[in-house]
Amino acid sequence: MSGEGQAGAVLGGLAESEQLEQRPQPTRERPRRGLGRWLLPTYVTIAFAFLMIPIVYTFVFSFNDSVKSNIAWRGFTFDKWLNVCNVEGGAVCQAFGNSIVIGLVATVLATTLGTMIAIALVRYRFRARSAISLLLFLPMATPEVVLGAGLAAQFLAVGVPKDMLTIILAHTMFCISFVVVTVKARVASLDPALEEAGRDLYGSPSQVFWRVTFPLLLPGILAAALLSFALSFDDFIITNFNSGSVSTFPKYIYISAARGIPAEANVIASAVFLFAMILVITVQVSRAAREKRLAKLS
Amino acid sequence: MAMREFAERGADLELVGIHKRFPGFTAIEELDLTIPAGSFFALLGPSGCGKTTTLRLVAGLDEPTNGRILIGGTDVTATRSHERPVNTVFQSYALFPHMTILENVAFGLRRRRIDDPAGKAHEALRLVELDHLAQRRPQQLSGGQQQRVALARAIVNRPALLLLDEPLGALDLKLRRQMQLELKAIQEEVGLTFLHVTHDQEEAMTMADTVAVMNKGRIEQMGAPEELYELPRTAFVANFLGQSNLFTGDVVGATDTAIAVDAAGSRIVVPTARAQRHSGQVTVGVRPEKVELHREQPVVEADRNLIGPGVVTDVSFSGVSTQYLVEIPGAGRVLVFAQNIGFGPAAAEGDRVWVSWAVEHGFGLEDTPDESRFQADASTSAIAAQHRDALVAELEEH
Amino acid sequence: MAFAAFATAEAQPQAPRKRSAIALVLLAPGIAYLVLFFLTPLVSLLLTSLQVQSEFGDIGEFDYAFNWQNYVDVVTSYWPHILRSFGYALVATVLALVISYPIAYFIGVKARSKPLLQGILLVLVIAPFFISFLLRTLAWKQVLSDESFIITSLKALSLMAPDAHFTGTPFAVIFGLTYNFIPFMTLPLYTTLERLDLRYLEAGGDLYASPATVFRKVTVPLSMPGIVAGTLLTFIPAAGDYVNASRDFLGGPGTQMMGNVIEANFLVLLNYPAAAALSIILMAAILILVGIYVKRSGTEDLL
Repeated sequence: MSGEGQAGAVLGGLAESEQLEQRPQPTRERPRRGLGRWLLPTYVTIAFAFLMIPIVYTFVFSFNDSVKSNIAWRGFTFDKWLNVCNVEGGAVCQAFGNSIVIGLVATVLATTLGTMIAIALVRYRFRARSAISLLLFLPMATPEVVLGAGLAAQFLAVGVPKDMLTIILAHTMFCISFVVVTVKARVASLDPALEEAGRDLYGSPSQVFWRVTFPLLLPGILAAALLSFALSFDDFIITNFNSGSVSTFPKYIYISAARGIPAEANVIASAVFLFAMILVITVQVSRAAREKRLAKLS
Repeated sequence: MAMREFAERGADLELVGIHKRFPGFTAIEELDLTIPAGSFFALLGPSGCGKTTTLRLVAGLDEPTNGRILIGGTDVTATRSHERPVNTVFQSYALFPHMTILENVAFGLRRRRIDDPAGKAHEALRLVELDHLAQRRPQQLSGGQQQRVALARAIVNRPALLLLDEPLGALDLKLRRQMQLELKAIQEEVGLTFLHVTHDQEEAMTMADTVAVMNKGRIEQMGAPEELYELPRTAFVANFLGQSNLFTGDVVGATDTAIAVDAAGSRIVVPTARAQRHSGQVTVGVRPEKVELHREQPVVEADRNLIGPGVVTDVSFSGVSTQYLVEIPGAGRVLVFAQNIGFGPAAAEGDRVWVSWAVEHGFGLEDTPDESRFQADASTSAIAAQHRDALVAELEEH
Repeated sequence: MAFAAFATAEAQPQAPRKRSAIALVLLAPGIAYLVLFFLTPLVSLLLTSLQVQSEFGDIGEFDYAFNWQNYVDVVTSYWPHILRSFGYALVATVLALVISYPIAYFIGVKARSKPLLQGILLVLVIAPFFISFLLRTLAWKQVLSDESFIITSLKALSLMAPDAHFTGTPFAVIFGLTYNFIPFMTLPLYTTLERLDLRYLEAGGDLYASPATVFRKVTVPLSMPGIVAGTLLTFIPAAGDYVNASRDFLGGPGTQMMGNVIEANFLVLLNYPAAAALSIILMAAILILVGIYVKRSGTEDLL
């Protein structure tokens, strides 16, 4: 459980919910009279306003015509959005690019390894099952600072220099457990009769895997990949211990926090935010539309 | 692929000395079975009796521990599921949720590289009257429609043998009746060999030419539905298929044509030809609808068994018939189903009555019930299970 | 979904059916990876925590030993940080639970009949995930700085002493921790509350329980898996966090937590054994606390 943003966890959740789940039927509650009726909605509105404050702040200050530090409001400008890489010799963009590369590689590795484990856990019997479950649970229950320090101590002991590779190795490690958990749920919900039907209908083992099993697991695998990417992209603590001189986007912010964050960082963060929100909303809306269509047909 | 050419009229299925052991329990004890080509064969039994395992062995989804499986005379024991000319209609239908109905039906054809898979799939869908839904997804169909798609997806391959794993279990009662008729009609039309596995005795009896009753990994009795019902050979069959009144006692007299049993003072005569054993302690029985209830002691007739007097302990009126429970000292409780020819029940609770039935309706069993007669009544729990399934299915529909 | 995995006691998956060499092939790479990059590092950490300074070596050079004195040293020097870490994390967890429960209840139960509203609110709960954790924390630092509108207004209204600060205080650190982990608390709570069968609540009411009693005796016990998952997902990272407490973010000199000390010892002072010993203490303490907590709350099957 990374301390940082878990965008993917939620993207994951959205993709996951594709499986048709039997939910308790919605029951309309009897409306209560008077003040009590408004208490909860009012509270929730205030709570959401509170949750949104830093996001709005970050977004607004991406348009600040700041000079060096981005603290006082100095007027509105689009400059920072248009020339995002022009500050400090492109250090922000460099860091952002590193984060993307690290995120992609770690995601591919973690998703592959984690999916394999998830399938094995659900589908096969083997010894040491409980030991393996524990090994998968522990990274999620270990504070990041311990994961980071442990790997750093290991790299130090073996004499491996810290660079992109060590960051990728570290990120893959803490993503695997989350992938296993996400994909496992999907594998477990997969009716084994579907694969048997594939075999019964003349599908060879590899045809059954690629035409039946894999497409049915895909939403879970995609969810896990998004989760991995988000975990990796926003990780700071573990990266800080294992990055040496390589910069990532969160690390860049941490280091510049002392002398002031340039508005360009806000631009990148806001752009990522908007992109992710559009993605999530698209998924939500298309799902709602599909459900409506299904409801109409049946 | 060797299996590309399939028989047009189905093929014989032979199971020779099949054993199947799973870690911890034995699913199939010793099974020898021959199902002739073109027949509609039902394996009937309570859950856990090994019937689904048998089906999975035939489909190639599990391997037998011992024994051989032959389809159309060819030994297929060692071949894998996708190499066998067998298709299954799964209990859950197992329609691929990520494909359209058409893609589902064409799946097997495409795997075998048959020409014009889409055309043949449409043809199969027309047979089950669902061609207009070809572009839908399985989730958009009702249970009954899904069941027909599953059937189309199997028969489109023209398998030598079609396996049906309780495919009607998830349907509500009305839909199930309709499906039973349709299945039977399709079987007659396409002429395949059907192997149907079910726990529903009524379904098995209405649909199949031959029914095999399975219990604890063995086939207890096999035959035409009427034969199984009228002449059960074991206590299990007598109680699983419908209900029976069973009496255990020693054989006290035997002629060429009949044996007489002394069941706690009541003399019960059974035709020799209808009794499996003719000496020592035997269990004899009669179906409740064959038993007649008398308010006054009737004259003893040579061709009728008469026991009593007893006391009516329960009367339940069900419209067409009335069910009486009669407690007879020594003989125990006797169940009587009487047609409601007059108005209302003919006897009331507490009445003193006699019961009688024609000797020719009695039967003698191979074994004796394990416990007391009414505990061995497996049909009660089977009926309860069916009712529950039907209720669950109904709830899910809404 | 990872949250769901914490939030719901998993239904027993279908009995795994077969033993096979395929299982080994599927498991081996990932397990080997975790052994190599998770388990071995923990061993490295343990070994490092027992090292001694090289006799003639430079700063940052250590030899393997069995110097358990390191543990005594870090506990003596850093016991306030250790207490602070768990204290802050505990308060933040409780606050996050109190704040999140009504939100989760509203989304999961009240909004059930309005899927669109439910969807929008869920997206809003997760929205903070999509913007950098560090930037959000820095945003609060600016919003709550001494010159900010909120603080100056509070001072003008005499609700705050004129020379008081908010940033740099323990309150600010706890505030930051609470804010940052609210979504981690809300999501698992939502997951269980969303599945809560309202008929139980109706049955409670039918059996003469007042709404408050129904909540206490029915709703809360039924949402226990979500409460356990949410508190774990908040407490563990909060106890190890060092961003909120850092001087450049919401903390000050008097708010340093274990994470800050581990970072400083490892990356600045190059005193690896001290950092390692503190890490081991942190991990051991968390595992013990989590173990006791999960046992007491009767949700062992979560693990």
